[in-house]
Amino acid sequence: MPYKLIVNGKTTTVDAPADMPMLWVLRDMLNLKGTKYGCGIGMCGACTIHLRGTAVRACQTHVSEAAGVPITTIEGLSSDGEHPCQIAWQEIDVPQCGYCQAGQIMSASAMLAKNPKPTDKDIDAQMMGNICRCGTYLRIRQAIHRAAELATAAKPTPSRNGHGN
Amino acid sequence: MATMTTVPNTRVKKLSRRSFFRVSAIAGGGMLLAYYVEPVTKVFAQRGPQAPLLPSSFIKIAPDGIATIMAKNPEEGQGVKAMLPMLIAEELDIDWKDVRLEQADVDTAKYGPQVAGGSTATPVNWVPLRQVGAGARHMLIAAAAQTWNVPEAECTTASGRVMHAASGKSLGYGELAAKAATLTPPDPASLKMKDKKDYKIIGTTVKGVDNLKIVTGQPQYGIDFELPGMLYAVFQKCPVYGGKAVSANLDQIKAMPGVKHAFIVEGGTDLNGLLPGVAVVADTWYHANTARKSLKVQWDEGPTASQSSKSFADAAEAFSKQTPQDTLRTDGNVESAIGSAAKVVEAAYSYPFISHVPLEPQNCSAHFHDGKLELWAPSQTPQQGLQVAARTIGIEPSDITMHQPRIGGGFGRRLVNDYVAEVSWIAKQVGVPVKLLWTREDDVQHDFYRPGGFHYLKGGVDASGKLTAWHDHFVSYGRDGRFVPSGDIGADEFPGRFIPNYSLQYSLIPCGIPTGAMRAPRSNALAFVIQSFIDELAHAGGKDPLQFRLEIMDNPPLAASQGAGGRGVGPEFNAPRMQGVLRLVQKTSGWGTRTLPKGTAMGVACHFSHSGYFAEVAEVKVNSDKSIRVTNFWVAADIGSQIINPGPATNLSQGAVIDGMSQLMGYEVTFDKGAAVQSNFLELQPLRIHQAPPEIHVDFADSQYSPTGLGEPALPPVLPAIANAIFAATGER
Repeated sequence: MPYKLIVNGKTTTVDAPADMPMLWVLRDMLNLKGTKYGCGIGMCGACTIHLRGTAVRACQTHVSEAAGVPITTIEGLSSDGEHPCQIAWQEIDVPQCGYCQAGQIMSASAMLAKNPKPTDKDIDAQMMGNICRCGTYLRIRQAIHRAAELATAAKPTPSRNGHGN
Repeated sequence: MATMTTVPNTRVKKLSRRSFFRVSAIAGGGMLLAYYVEPVTKVFAQRGPQAPLLPSSFIKIAPDGIATIMAKNPEEGQGVKAMLPMLIAEELDIDWKDVRLEQADVDTAKYGPQVAGGSTATPVNWVPLRQVGAGARHMLIAAAAQTWNVPEAECTTASGRVMHAASGKSLGYGELAAKAATLTPPDPASLKMKDKKDYKIIGTTVKGVDNLKIVTGQPQYGIDFELPGMLYAVFQKCPVYGGKAVSANLDQIKAMPGVKHAFIVEGGTDLNGLLPGVAVVADTWYHANTARKSLKVQWDEGPTASQSSKSFADAAEAFSKQTPQDTLRTDGNVESAIGSAAKVVEAAYSYPFISHVPLEPQNCSAHFHDGKLELWAPSQTPQQGLQVAARTIGIEPSDITMHQPRIGGGFGRRLVNDYVAEVSWIAKQVGVPVKLLWTREDDVQHDFYRPGGFHYLKGGVDASGKLTAWHDHFVSYGRDGRFVPSGDIGADEFPGRFIPNYSLQYSLIPCGIPTGAMRAPRSNALAFVIQSFIDELAHAGGKDPLQFRLEIMDNPPLAASQGAGGRGVGPEFNAPRMQGVLRLVQKTSGWGTRTLPKGTAMGVACHFSHSGYFAEVAEVKVNSDKSIRVTNFWVAADIGSQIINPGPATNLSQGAVIDGMSQLMGYEVTFDKGAAVQSNFLELQPLRIHQAPPEIHVDFADSQYSPTGLGEPALPPVLPAIANAIFAATGER
């Protein structure tokens, strides 16, 4: 059955069974390989994407549910790798094997959009659905704080002395 | 609409005496058949190549001076893709900004050993790859000296240029490369390499070279690889290890959407190679895997169906009451020493089988055409993978080209090349490019597990608190004196050689479950047992646990056993180096000097493996419901005179702590009727971010020894350090 998808700002039509997970639509029909398969049951977070800005697991999202809703994948998070999370992840040098990191960044960027100054506790609560098998969690925490800083610097709050905050 | 899946707040399991690693009790038992595969340790014992490595194999310099350096080893997150080329670039004497990296294909004649295992990349390559860089530099100097007609000895280099001070002449490497390439490479032994104080690249942090691709989601892993006209395969094996496929509803499967092929693979009995099963090949992986859900296979399960975690535990219990089958080491007289000891401690320790669960499930792509095979293999041992593929489909290794994609985690799982064998066979049948991808369930249920084990221990201390006697009856898996892979123990495993009355004996339970190396193989289990029991004896003797360890190593070591190996490369245990890291972690952690809140305590452990010396301290808070949280952690290491890439070295050490916590709590797999009970991340829980300590401190000791590896030896002390901290907090093990 044909479904109209809006992925990273582009509209496209795919012919797929209604219950086909978006994970495989993205990876194998739209050739967007950044969304990763790790478990297929929504327990690892490697396939995290944004559906109208909310982080969801692509392996648990049917194509029929995603049709017509703006979808963002890691490839569309920024045009040039300049999202604060993408910059911070490189600056802090977070990855080891790197396989989970696209999902980590998609969860983190959705959190930061709603909570621009998360505490460690906020981060732990929001990011616990994303497994990093290499164990880079300390650097993920650090990178999220750094991304929050970068985002604030990019959009300074007007104040009398001209400095942010 | 899909929502975020919530994850249970899984903290550390409740305490149970000396068995964090609890073996579940499930019905089973009966006849046994064991499989024995070639120990993976063989691949750790890699040696330098017989012929010297040629600079031209590794370095290409373009006219603009940009040097492309080949990254020879598989990259699985341990950082070798930058670390090994850093050695070459340093001695080449070029700025890192002028270096580009290229992942090498598999060609050991050209590149030497290409392995990701045993923490061997540093010790194996430290000298030869610096010689490669120094050799190329020498050739560039020779080319300049000939061009200017001056003595080579008057030429110097810096930042990718050769200079002649007297004449003021200088040429960039790019201008000299063509001439240099015509010269004969120097004898590596004749080359003078830089002094440590002159390093410009080694010892500085080079960040992950694929980071931009990672954070923007560009394809680079095996699972991402595509070719035009590619088909996609799944492979269903018997849930019982070694079972054969007798028949299957292939006609029904072939009629399902997108399915192009469905066939039975006869396979063999080598657990490392091609096992029997059913292949389903379709136009998309989704179609192949969907069709697989309708697959009905009649299996001949074979004798392993009678094995279970319960049957193993029962067998161990029975062995514990019998005379051990064999003895590995004896010193003095344990029995009389126990008889005269002031305090005696007896304990039974056990640990389960655990699964590797790298986040990228097993996969491999292959294209067989015109009698030749091309492979894209996320393998830690591509050299062996190439041999396995050649054997499986009956072609020569020279007819195989193997590429190395980035690997989404290995941890020892990808030392075995079973997925390479499977895709090679399937590719030969279908004749077009094909990608095999396992599901997570395949990955958990067809692993080469870290084998479980049981230790029945007895130890004694004298009235002064000195350790005088130690006896271990190790019940492991194997048959006829042969341990299953990674189920063995070195005859001189610490504290062997340091206790006057000592005995290490073993008995073996036959086992048909595939086992293999997992990050810090053997050590990840043995350190937990040995370092926990040492702690028990320290407390029995009324000694500070850290001081007790230092004092054990004050004893002059007894003679080493003949041929006692199993450690990978490197020298034998050096007590002063271990005492050094114990004193370092004592200082960094504030051991014995800090006032801690009620319910919070510290534990220490140390372990030598893969040539590395690690002492670690855990600070643990135990809550009233007995759930625990690791609140701080200190790692102290002696891995030689040079940390090549400090930033990633710290990251990898911190990862080892997290991984050790996962090994302690999360990766247990049990067996019922010869098959794995667990299958996915509902039942297996790698550590999650909310369980990670807020801080993990990593310090490297000053050392005069040659540099060695890090990824594995950092892990083993993690488990006992936490167990010992829990004991210190609660009095329970």
